[in-house]
Amino acid sequence: MADPHAHDRLIATLGAELAPVRRLWPPWLRTLGWLAVVAAIALALFARYGAAPMLARWAGAPDLGWAGLGAVLTAVAAAWAAFALGVPGRRTAWAWLPLPPALLWIGASGLGCLRQWVAPATHVATAHEAGECLYFILGFSIPLSALLIVLLRRACPLRPVLTAVLVGLASAAASASLLEICHAFDAAATDLLMHALAVGLVVAANAAMGGRLLSRAA
Amino acid sequence: MTDAAAMPGLTATGPMVLDDRSFPWASVDPAVPAEPASASDAPERRRAAWMAAAQAGDRRAYERVLADSVALIRTVARRQGVAYDQLDDVVQETLLTVHRVRHTYDPARSYDAWLAALASRRAIDGLRRSGRQAQREIGDEVALAAHAEAGDASTASERTQQARRLRAAVAALPPGQREAVEQLGLKELSLDEAAARTGRSTGALKVNLHRALRALRGHFHGDD
Repeated sequence: MADPHAHDRLIATLGAELAPVRRLWPPWLRTLGWLAVVAAIALALFARYGAAPMLARWAGAPDLGWAGLGAVLTAVAAAWAAFALGVPGRRTAWAWLPLPPALLWIGASGLGCLRQWVAPATHVATAHEAGECLYFILGFSIPLSALLIVLLRRACPLRPVLTAVLVGLASAAASASLLEICHAFDAAATDLLMHALAVGLVVAANAAMGGRLLSRAA
Repeated sequence: MTDAAAMPGLTATGPMVLDDRSFPWASVDPAVPAEPASASDAPERRRAAWMAAAQAGDRRAYERVLADSVALIRTVARRQGVAYDQLDDVVQETLLTVHRVRHTYDPARSYDAWLAALASRRAIDGLRRSGRQAQREIGDEVALAAHAEAGDASTASERTQQARRLRAAVAALPPGQREAVEQLGLKELSLDEAAARTGRSTGALKVNLHRALRALRGHFHGDD
């Protein structure tokens, strides 16, 4: 087994098989590529619903705006971190990057529930409407997660499950950001619970399935 | 440069041609396979440059960087706790991984860190694999013990005869394997005690025991 020539033979074989490769794009560039798809969906939603209702909601209840900003930043940070973890030698600690924006997102959403008054141009969602939020987030998260996983399979995520968790967080946060455009409901415990449930489901599904898909790439 | 080329008379005495490669900082550009001009500091930068050239298809640079990587992979694997006799496996697995994911190396970043991450991953895989193997080996031990106890119909003379054949078969094993069977199987020492007594690593003892048991099984059952 400890044949010193075994390595030389393997190296010669690999050398003979060598073909030029196209280098992986840097994480920020791949993040931008994915965000471009999210932005295209956002534009379509703006075309359908207009920006005015969202801006009116935010002007009336800044906590909704902060929560939306937190969701957008969480999506950006988590996507970048997932791409960074796809490059061997990058620090695993980058996985913590989405934590501060996620805290803003969760914190501002939670604070919104404590308000006594209802934000303008909204009403408190019924259980049925809150259920639609769940379907919205799940529905958009599936293609956005799939796209991230396809992009990451060309990379080499040495921590596949952690990377898949970030994929889930990025796509759930992006979906929640998109939902903000057409979300005519005020922050309330039932609605927030549905959002949390949706994000949790997306992250868990990615960790279970995405991790397996990505571990083949590693 | 084109001016100088157009007027060959000037090239010898003409103004110095600004060739990037004549400047030491040019070797910072990883696309240029660095000549170790500035060099005592930079084996890592040299590897980075070789890998960058390999990504473009330079076979010589590729073979050099792989050969240069072997020692580093061994260091990483040893630090992860891979047994000495498993190191070569980890090296080979890592080299194969390097080949498969060579497009993920970014020449602007450290080659050694990139390689170490891959080597560390393959070392962990190796440790898991040998962990599973160790579990199977315990299974073999139990099986052999159970087999020795079995045969309730056998007479005492049959049993002594079996024991004699077993001793003969153990004596016929190569020295390393015989030692492992004697210490672990017959004297029933723990791995650590046997390692302390024989001066061999626990990994080597386990491997030897595994091989010895396989040889003995083959001897008595004619399988394998």
